Parts: sequence; structure tokens; C-alpha cells
Amino acid sequence: MGKEKPIVISIAIKEVLHILKDPRSLVILFLMPILQLVMFGYALKMEIQEVRIGVIDYSHSPLSRELVDSFRGSEFFRLFFFEGEERDINDLFRKRKAHAVMIIPGNFAKDLTRESLVDIQFIIDAADPNAATMIRNYVNQVIMNFNENRNDMIPIPFEIRGTLLYNPDRKSTYFFVPGIVALLLVMISALLTSITITREKETGTMEQILVSPVRPHEIIIGKVLPYILLAFLIGIIILLIGIFLFQVPFEGSVMLLLFLSTLYIITALSLGLMISTIAPTQQVAMMLALIVTLLPTFLLSGFIFPISSMPKLLQYLTYLIPAKYYLFIIRGIILKGSTFMQLFLPTLYLSIMSTVLLVISIRKFSINLER
Amino acid sequence: MKVALEIIEFKKVYGTYPAVNGVSFSVEEGELFGLIGPDGAGKTTLIRALCTLLKPTSGSLIVSGMDSNTDILAIRNILGYMPQRFSLYQDLSVEQNLQFFADLFKVPAIHRTERLNRLYQFSRLESFKKRLAGELSGGMKQKLALSCALIHTPAILILDEPTYGVDPLSRQEFWEILKSIQQEGATILVSTAYMEEAELCDRVALMYNGKIIEINPPEKIKAEYPYPLYRCEGRDMQKLRNFFKNLEGIRQTQLFGNALHVSFSEKPSPGDWQKWQKQSGGDLKNWIDHEPSMEDVFLYLINQEIKDE
Repeated sequence: MGKEKPIVISIAIKEVLHILKDPRSLVILFLMPILQLVMFGYALKMEIQEVRIGVIDYSHSPLSRELVDSFRGSEFFRLFFFEGEERDINDLFRKRKAHAVMIIPGNFAKDLTRESLVDIQFIIDAADPNAATMIRNYVNQVIMNFNENRNDMIPIPFEIRGTLLYNPDRKSTYFFVPGIVALLLVMISALLTSITITREKETGTMEQILVSPVRPHEIIIGKVLPYILLAFLIGIIILLIGIFLFQVPFEGSVMLLLFLSTLYIITALSLGLMISTIAPTQQVAMMLALIVTLLPTFLLSGFIFPISSMPKLLQYLTYLIPAKYYLFIIRGIILKGSTFMQLFLPTLYLSIMSTVLLVISIRKFSINLER
Repeated sequence: MKVALEIIEFKKVYGTYPAVNGVSFSVEEGELFGLIGPDGAGKTTLIRALCTLLKPTSGSLIVSGMDSNTDILAIRNILGYMPQRFSLYQDLSVEQNLQFFADLFKVPAIHRTERLNRLYQFSRLESFKKRLAGELSGGMKQKLALSCALIHTPAILILDEPTYGVDPLSRQEFWEILKSIQQEGATILVSTAYMEEAELCDRVALMYNGKIIEINPPEKIKAEYPYPLYRCEGRDMQKLRNFFKNLEGIRQTQLFGNALHVSFSEKPSPGDWQKWQKQSGGDLKNWIDHEPSMEDVFLYLINQEIKDE
């Protein structure tokens, strides 16, 4: 007997031929994630812009106008004077004419020069609590600056100054781009493999290869190999665009990120394969792949909503979401420069997950035509 | 003679529907064995079970001394199978398909070129080897599928309606190839819906409604036809058939393209025929004694079966 190439390799080569014979799908495979990344990247911004503040100024003094002007210095606010009564404020909020209302009392100028302690009232629309908190923080900062500029002779005993690490400008793009990368990678990888086995069942070719002495693990592994490479290439493109187009800083090791991204891709491909072994048709397989990747990754991975603020039951569910671990990894490497040892646990989880999924696929793979 | 395939009380039930309902027969080594029967008779189920693709509900299938329930991989090593539907990769070329199946069956590299050349020789596909399988004609597709099934020179070849939907010339060529494979010592089990193909087999099993109603060499089966059979023609065949159906002493009437086959309890005299010609309004012509074909016998046997039920 001469040296034969392993069946796994022949099956992998055959899959590569299938992929190359269909250049149109290949183009779509590369273009789709790029488009999605760009669209998501620009659409998903949490920063609040143009906060409209209605001002009721009872003071009508140069000082109160100075205060108003200090707000106008920021791009963040749009101020307008509101001539109505205080009880009409509700109407302002309901018609979304203002996000907040500032009421400057009549004795503002007098008290400020004499006692240097004065109340001004802020009413903020908390229909969106996140936005309300952010508006309050910004307002506080502006007021503080105003105070400091006015009378710097008054000693402030101490001051708490928070320093934001890793994302000092609070740019949500830094936060979202890794999330989008995680979402696109899992979705595309699972879609890639979800139809590979069901397609052969549908076209009848499975019947022909089953009568050969090929074993389930050879088919499964042979089929997953070429897609690792393909998904890896797509992953690199997504990462490059994410980092350069959205100017996300890159603190950690590129090699480590590529290595752990490959692990994540393998997990997603195995998930797709498992779907492929149980789905009866290609359509069902694709639907399943989308359902188990898209929404759970969006909602349960920590991509948008912090896991710690979820109900306990859902928190347990997040352990089953591969993107949760990958987000930990990619945010860690890109923003914080985490090392492998610091990311050991999520790496371990992903390894276990992909192994389990592969084993299930091999077990579930039927070597005959019985249902 | 040694036994290549042994089917013992094989039953396959889907839900409550028995696709194959208790079948026993055996195929000897080197035999070209035909399985004929209408659609839904259970041929494909039986064939898939023999190829270890389906598990028997009861009974057992012995392939070259091995049980289909337990020795799955060993059986698959010595078996060549050609499914009813074209099941190769349409987006791969002829050569890529052949190479892939050579890999699957672990055909050693040193034998491979020689093996492929022989397959190209009989299939005459060599000049098409760069063409995609999906772009081949029906006849060439079947020859490619056969080549892939033969890539590991299997001892037993099982084919499920291999010539279905293929033009008559390609069918003839295909059967010549089958005959030459048989001469090299392979055992062949082939199912077909074409009766003239059944006559090319060494032995034929007639399958109907999940059961086998007859197993014999074709000549013997044809000799079983018990009635005198005539072939006649006319302009309006349907009307002619109804005319005969209403006569007394008629056993069977069957339309075959532009001819009518009629069988009688008693051999009719030339006078009878002239009388019938007048009665049919002069439409009846060209009546002649006819040797029963497989199809006549097959229909007769099925009718017997229906009467018995």
C-alpha cells in the first residue's frame, strides 16, 4: 500500500472545490459582513447629541446670560428661552421639544454675588433613563466649570476627579465595534456550515458517500476544515475594517487576537455543523443558524446590555452564548491589552464549547438513511 | 455456487405501512439478478437495506456472509451502489468526482491510474473528464455514476433503476457494460421498470406490493404463461380493447403502444377472427400468434395476485 492522503483531507479538498465553483456566493460572503459592519458601526451610537434645554430665566441678568452662554459653548446642548409658565413644562417634554428644562430663579444674580450659594433647578426627561443620567452628568460638569471660572478664590477642600481608563472619551464605537465583530463572526460561521450536510442530504449525494467506508468524524472534520480558513479570512477583513475605519485603538497582541478569534470561529462553525446534522432541509438549517446566533448574541452576550443587570435566570443563560466569551477576549485585547493568562478562562470555555458541539455533531451524524 | 446475497424474511415497516413485507431469496456469486416491479413495490427499500442504508424491521440481510446490521463498514468496503437518483456532485468535473470516490474507498495510488483508465475506457468518458457532471447527458451521467460505484472494484454491485429516463441507445450500451462487469466475476443486483431489460438477467424476481411473487430465469417465467396469446392492430385501439373485453373466454387484454395483446381460454380458430373482424366494424387487422413477453407474464401474475387477495 502506498501512502494515501487521509479521507478528511479529500473531503476538505472537495468542499474547497464546491466553494470555488460558486464565486457569486463567495463574493456575497465577503461583502455582506463588510456592509453590515459599516452600517451597524455608524448606526449604533449611544452618544447623545443636541440635547435641547428650555431655559426659564426669572433673573434676566448678565450673570444668568453668562450661565446660559457657558452651556452654549458645548456642542452637546441646544438652548432656547422658554417664555411659558412652569406648568407648561410637561407639554415641552410630551412634544419632545426639550430634553431638559433649566429654571434660573429671580434672585440668582443677587445671591450669587453675595452668598455664592444658589439653587438652580433642572428638570430632566427621564423617559430614557440612560440619556437622563448622561444629561445630568454633563450638566453638572458645565455648572462646575461655571463655578470655578466665576470665583476661583474660594477654596474647594477636595475634589473627586474620575479618570476613565481604556475609553477616556466614552466613545460607544469602541464598545460596539468589537461587539459587531463578535456578532458577524458567529453568524457567518454558523451559516457557512449549517447547510453543508443538509445540502448533501437534499441533493442525494449523502446517499452515495454513505455507502463508502467513511466514518462520521471524517466527514464532520473534513467539512469544517476549509470553513475555518474562509471564516478566518472574513474575520480578518472585519477586524481590519472595524479597527481602521472606526479608529478603535489596538492595545494588545495581534497574534493573540487572531489565535483566539480562530477558536471562536471554530466554536461557531461547530454550532453550524450540529444544526446541519439535525435539520431536515437547507432552509430550516439556515433559519436555525440565524435564530441561535443573531438574537442571543445581540441580547445575551453583553454586546449591548450589561450581563450584570439582567435577571438571574437570563444571567445563567448567557453562559451558553459563545459571543459572551469572545467579547471578553476581544474587548480585553483591543482596549486593554490583556494577555493570554488574563483571558485563560473565556478561552477555556470556548474550547470546551467547541469540543462538545463537535462531539454532538459526530454522534448525531447518521451513517444511514433512517430518520 | 456460493451465495453473495441472502435475504431472509426481510420486513421493513414505515410507521404502520409495510414497504417490504416478508421477502426471502438469495443471489449467487457471479449472477446478474434482476428485480422488477411497479413503482411502490418496495424495490428501493430492499436495495437500500442491502446497502446498509436502512435497518430491517425484522429478518436479516446477509451480504457476502456478513450481517447488514452489524458489519456495516465491512459490507460497504465490498459493495458498489448506484442510487436511483443521480447522486454525484454536479458542480465537480467527471475527473474530480472519480478522484473523490477513489479517495473515499481508499484506492491505492499505484492502482489508481490503471483503474481510472479502465473505467474511462468502457464509459468512454475520457474526453469529457474536465466537464462538470451536471452538464453531462443523461446516459453519460449514468455511466459516470456506474464508474464511481466501480472505482474500488466491488465484488457485489447493486443498482437501483440505473437506466431510468435514459435514451434506448444509452440503455443498450449500459447493459452491455453490465454484462462485461459480470463476466469479470462481479455479482450484480439490478432493479428496473423496463421489462426488456429484465430479459437480459440470469434470474428475475417479480416484486409487487412489498412481496416477491415469482423468482425464475426469464425464459422460465415466460413459459409459465398459460393461455394462447395473440397480437392484433386496429385504428381505434381503445375501442378494440373494449370489444374484446366484452367477448366470452377472454383472459387478458393489454395495450402495447400500437398493438393489442389478447389472451384466450381456448385457442380461437381463423373463423373466429374473421367473425370478430366483421363484428368490430372492419377495424381489426394483422392478428397473429404471439410469444408472451415478460410484461405479459408480469401483468398476468399481478392480476392473479390481486384476485387472490
